[in-house]
Amino acid sequence: MSDDLHELYQDIILDHNKRPRHYGVLADYTHRAEGYNPLCGDKMDVFLIVKDGRIKAVQFEAACCAICNASASMMTDTLTGKTLEEAEAAFARVGEMLSGELELEADLSVDGEIAALAGVRKFPARIKCATLPWHTYGAALRGDARAVTE
Amino acid sequence: MTDAQTFDYRRARADFPILATEVRGKPLTYLDNAATAQKPVCVIDAVDRYYRAQNSNIHRGVHFLSEQATDAYEGTRAKASRFIGAADQDEIIFVRGTTEGINLIAHGFTESVLQPGDEILITHMEHHANIVPWQIAAQKTGAILKVAPVDDRGVLDMEAFEALLSEKTKLVSVVHVSNALGTINPVKTIVEKAHALNVPVLVDGAQSTPHMPVNVAELGCDFFLFSGHKVFGPTGVGVLWGKREWLERFSPYQSGGDMIEKVDFDGTTYKGIPGKFEAGTPHIAGVIGLGVAFDYLNGMDRLGALQHEIDLLNAATEQLLAIDGVRIIGTAPEKASVISFLIDDIHPHDIGTFLDAGGIAIRAGHHCTQPLLKRFGVPATARASFAFYNDFEDIERLVEALTKMKQFFG
Repeated sequence: MSDDLHELYQDIILDHNKRPRHYGVLADYTHRAEGYNPLCGDKMDVFLIVKDGRIKAVQFEAACCAICNASASMMTDTLTGKTLEEAEAAFARVGEMLSGELELEADLSVDGEIAALAGVRKFPARIKCATLPWHTYGAALRGDARAVTE
Repeated sequence: MTDAQTFDYRRARADFPILATEVRGKPLTYLDNAATAQKPVCVIDAVDRYYRAQNSNIHRGVHFLSEQATDAYEGTRAKASRFIGAADQDEIIFVRGTTEGINLIAHGFTESVLQPGDEILITHMEHHANIVPWQIAAQKTGAILKVAPVDDRGVLDMEAFEALLSEKTKLVSVVHVSNALGTINPVKTIVEKAHALNVPVLVDGAQSTPHMPVNVAELGCDFFLFSGHKVFGPTGVGVLWGKREWLERFSPYQSGGDMIEKVDFDGTTYKGIPGKFEAGTPHIAGVIGLGVAFDYLNGMDRLGALQHEIDLLNAATEQLLAIDGVRIIGTAPEKASVISFLIDDIHPHDIGTFLDAGGIAIRAGHHCTQPLLKRFGVPATARASFAFYNDFEDIERLVEALTKMKQFFG
C-alpha cells in the first residue's frame, strides 16, 4: 500500500465516509442547491438554515465517492454555527488548501479534521471530489440551484 | 510480430513498449483498453518516421515527399477497406474518430433524409456519441428518437426492437459491442430485420474492431465506424465506411480545401467520395500509423487472439465473482472482454484510485453511457477491459488489489 494512498484515505476520512455527519434532507431549509460532477456522476444536495447572519444548520445527501462524502460531512461540522463571515473565510481557506495553489500547509489545530483532506492534492483527478460539497454550499448561499464542477 | 498461425500473447506483449514500464513504482497493469489501446512499436515508429523523414502535405505537392505521403495516406484507405471487408475503397472516409463519423452521418440524414415524424431507432446501450447526434438531428428535423430496451443481463430485447421498427424508421443506429457492458449485439439479425423494411443500419464498431475480425459485407450494414486509437493505432483518426449511394446523397459535412473540384465565386463543385468528406489537411501521420496498425493486426492470428481474450474474460469473471460483494453489471452470454463491476458500496472512483496506487489502470465512471447505467440503477461502475496483450498475471494483480481494498474500506 502506498503512503500517498494512506494520506488520501486517512482514518478520519474513512470514518466520515462510513458515518457521515448531518446526513439527510433538512426540513425548513432556507437555502438549497444540487451539486453535480458530470465527469464522475457524483451528486449531492446541500441544505442550509441561515438566520440572523449565522448558519444554524447544514445537512447533505449524496451519491458519491468516499472523498466527496467525507468532505461534505466535515464541511457540515465546520460550518454549523458559523457566522456568514466566518463561513466565507473557511470556504476560502479550504479552497486554497485543496487546490494547493498557495502551498498552504494544512494545520490540524487551525483546520480541524478538514486538514485530513490535504492528501487529495497528490491526486489531481480527485480534487474536484473534495471541493464539490463546498461549491454546492456556495451555490446554495448565492441562491443558485446548481453547482457543476468538472 | 506474432506468428500468423498460433497466437502467443507473451510475444504480442513484447511488441508494446509501454507494457514493460512502471507506474507509481509498480509494473503497469493496463486494463483500460476499452478507453484506448496501447500502441505496438511498429505504429510508434511509423509515426516517428513520418515526421522525421516523410513529413509533407498530401494531394497537392508535385515534389517527392508529397507523392510519398499521398501514397502512404491513400494506401491506408485500401488497408482500411480490407480490414473491414469493404469492396470499394472510395467508401472509406478518414475522420477524427467514431464520434466525428456518427456526426457526419447524422448531418447527412439531417440535410438529406429526415422529415418531421420520421423515426431513428437506437438502443438503450448506446454510447453518448450514438445518442446525442441523433437527438440533435431529431430536434432539427422534427424526427423522433426511439430507444430499444435491454434486459437485466444487458442483452438487447429483440422483440421490443422489432416492435419499434416500422416504415417510419429511417435509420437504425446500433453499437456492435457495448463499451460499458461488453455485450455483443446480433448485428447481422438486426440488419436483416431492418432491411426487410428497407431501413439502413449504422453500426458503431468502436468496441468490436479491437476484439474481433469484422466484415461489413457479411454484417450487411450500410454504415460502419471505428476509431484508430482503439485498434492500436494513433489517436485523432478514425474510419467511416458507408455505402456509396448514401455517401453520394449526403452534402459535405465540412468544406474548404481539398474537398473541391473547382471553386468560383459564382459557384463551387465538390470532389466525389471520399474527397468530398475530407476537407482540409487531414491527420496524415495518424492515418499512416493506422495503416501500420492494420498491417500489425492482419499479420496476427486474430481468432487465436480472440480466444485468448475469451480465456481472460472467463478467468477474470470467475475470480472477481469469488470476491465477496462483487457484482458484475452486464452478464450477456455473448460478451467481449469487458467487465463492469461494483464492490460492496465502495464508489468506483475510490476503486480506481486505490488500484492506480498499485499501477493498475481501470476506468471508473459512467463510461459515456449515462442512460444505460441509469437503467441498471447505478451512477457509475468500475470497468476492467482486456486486450490480447493482457495476461493472467494482470488478473491476479487486479484481484489481489481488490481484496486488499475491501479490507481497507471495510
